[in-house]
Amino acid sequence: MMAARLPAILRTTAARLSALYLILFAICAIVLVFYMTSLSARMLAAQTMETINEEVANLGGAYQRGGLQRLVRVIGQRARQPGANLYLIADANGRILAGNVESLQPGVLETEGWTTVPFTYERYGEGGDDPAQPSVDLPESRVDPRTAHDAIALVLRLPNQMIMLVGRDLGEPQRLRSVVQRSLMIALGMMGLGAALIWMLVGRRALIRIDNVSEASRRIMGGDLNGRLPVTGAGDEFDRLSANLNTMLARIASLNEGLRQVSDNIAHDLKTPLTRLRNRAEAAISGDAKPEEYRAALEQTIAESDQLIKTFNAILMISRLEAGYSAEQTATVDLTTAVRDVVELYEPAAEEVGVELRASVEDGLSIDGNRELISQALSNVIDNAIKYASCDGRKAQVEVELRRADDGISLAVTDNGPGIPDAADRERVTERFVRLEKSRSQPGSGLGLSLAGAVMKFHGGRLELLPADPGLTVVMHFPVKTGG
Amino acid sequence: MDMLAAATDRADIDAMKVLIIEDDREAADYLRKALGESGHTAHVAADGDTGFSMADGGDYDVLIVDRMLPRRDGLSVISELRARGNATPALILSALGEVDDRVTGLRAGGDDYLTKPYAFSELLARIEVLNRRGGGRDAETFYRMGDLELDRLSHTVKRAGKEIVLQPREFRLLEYLMRHAGQVVTRTMLLENVWDYHFDPQTNVIDVHVSRLRGKIEKGFDGPVLHTVRGAGYMLKAG
Repeated sequence: MMAARLPAILRTTAARLSALYLILFAICAIVLVFYMTSLSARMLAAQTMETINEEVANLGGAYQRGGLQRLVRVIGQRARQPGANLYLIADANGRILAGNVESLQPGVLETEGWTTVPFTYERYGEGGDDPAQPSVDLPESRVDPRTAHDAIALVLRLPNQMIMLVGRDLGEPQRLRSVVQRSLMIALGMMGLGAALIWMLVGRRALIRIDNVSEASRRIMGGDLNGRLPVTGAGDEFDRLSANLNTMLARIASLNEGLRQVSDNIAHDLKTPLTRLRNRAEAAISGDAKPEEYRAALEQTIAESDQLIKTFNAILMISRLEAGYSAEQTATVDLTTAVRDVVELYEPAAEEVGVELRASVEDGLSIDGNRELISQALSNVIDNAIKYASCDGRKAQVEVELRRADDGISLAVTDNGPGIPDAADRERVTERFVRLEKSRSQPGSGLGLSLAGAVMKFHGGRLELLPADPGLTVVMHFPVKTGG
Repeated sequence: MDMLAAATDRADIDAMKVLIIEDDREAADYLRKALGESGHTAHVAADGDTGFSMADGGDYDVLIVDRMLPRRDGLSVISELRARGNATPALILSALGEVDDRVTGLRAGGDDYLTKPYAFSELLARIEVLNRRGGGRDAETFYRMGDLELDRLSHTVKRAGKEIVLQPREFRLLEYLMRHAGQVVTRTMLLENVWDYHFDPQTNVIDVHVSRLRGKIEKGFDGPVLHTVRGAGYMLKAG
């Protein structure tokens, strides 16, 4: 499991960024350390050489005052001091006569002047030989690597062909360098650790959350359409992304639910009349019917097909509206006139069925929209109101009112019928095909209010059903038109 | 076809020569036969190219053009004809019935637009009106039919010399009926031309308007003038 995850971890942006920072820091650190060590090494070397020069000047003074003997004595004294410089006096053949150097790297004594390249040497008392007995022959060949030290030195030839070497041990600069190198290693190690830590804190956390989102979306894709992406409540960009995706999923789910409901309802509301139609045709041809009976059957068939076509058109229209009608079809609509026209269209039909249709319409109201759609929506609502107006022997009334409201224009159609007492039912009737059980006997597709709702949504408004006591008020609310 | 017979049982029938441009063979044959039974002559073209050359060459009174055709679509057939100066009235048949589809169809040069599926009576009434319009009986200022008179300028209606007071909408309704006197006018045509609505009201609101108008122009006068044509619509006819 971990092994399988590792490449994924390394492929994360956080891991890549951490690695990049690590490399950059390491390069900077290395450059800095090298610069500092070389600088300090040069400074130390200069200091050492100066010390040696001073020493040589002192010794030169001793030699001039007391000759070789005094020089050897002075060297003997100095060589015994702790932390002393290197001193060596040898004869022309390279045999060591005095000093604290037991042996040294071959070739050093042959070069007159500075030997700045570090060479190895041994002091008395450090080598394996008896310190009391200075070895006098070929000291240069017997440097023991275990006890050897590095040093630089100045070799001078005395007037009597003797050789004098004054040098200084390099132990201190070398210790400094090793300290610097160690701290460089420690620093690099800590940086690596830091990068890992940063990755743990930032990268891994992000990775886990993204993995959670991927996991959740896989579940949703796998069919769990009610699944949602995790929102931790931290309010960060991940939460915002998840919340937005969840809103999108909810929208898709509601569309999907709508679609499912529609197909169910189409199955019911179209199949039922289709079955009736088919049965009637079948019954008509099976028996020995009279011509008039054939004719009646066919006429009913045509009437039923027409109703089917109407239902079908309404479904198509709602779908188109919900998919967003083309904006080309909107213009300024004189709502006052449009409402008066529809009321006028319905007024005789209402009177015919004993419904008093009244209108109180405010003048000069207009919106941006589609007259045809608004008229159709209002006609559906009025048609509905007329159908359900009469109740309990009251004089059936339908009142249409168009007026300026607080936040727009309100077009209300109120009937004094039984209304819809249950609030949940009131919500439901604007859904497609929903016809409350009591109204199943009435003609109609059950799409009238859904279509009106879709038209209102298209105009950026809303359709509301309110209890009117007695009866029902259907409010078509249009958003305000500025400057109208 | 009793229903069709009822719709076409008229004395002043003008036989039309109709071109049907429709790729659905069965629909085209049905139309041709039904038009024949109504006393008209009909030819069929099964694709846009054939339809165009037949319409361009033949002397047709009315074209019935399906919107979606092989080779060349119906709208381009009509606009091409119009571009060549052919003004034969054209009725567009289409499965697309939304307002903007209708607008595109009429903009392309179509004279009327009918959504599939349609009732034959509706189609017949519409092409007869189109044919009459092709004859140039449009927008007169004074109509007379028998003893019924309508004056658009003074906005008055008289029957047998007696003035009848009509509501503005009733006046427009009668005006439309008089302009197409002797022809069947369907409810949809009335809704489109008198009210300018292209949707279908659930209830038969138009019938009530017509019967109100009928009451005003017939009650107390001699004989019916506004007849109901069963399964089709209405017709204004003297006697």
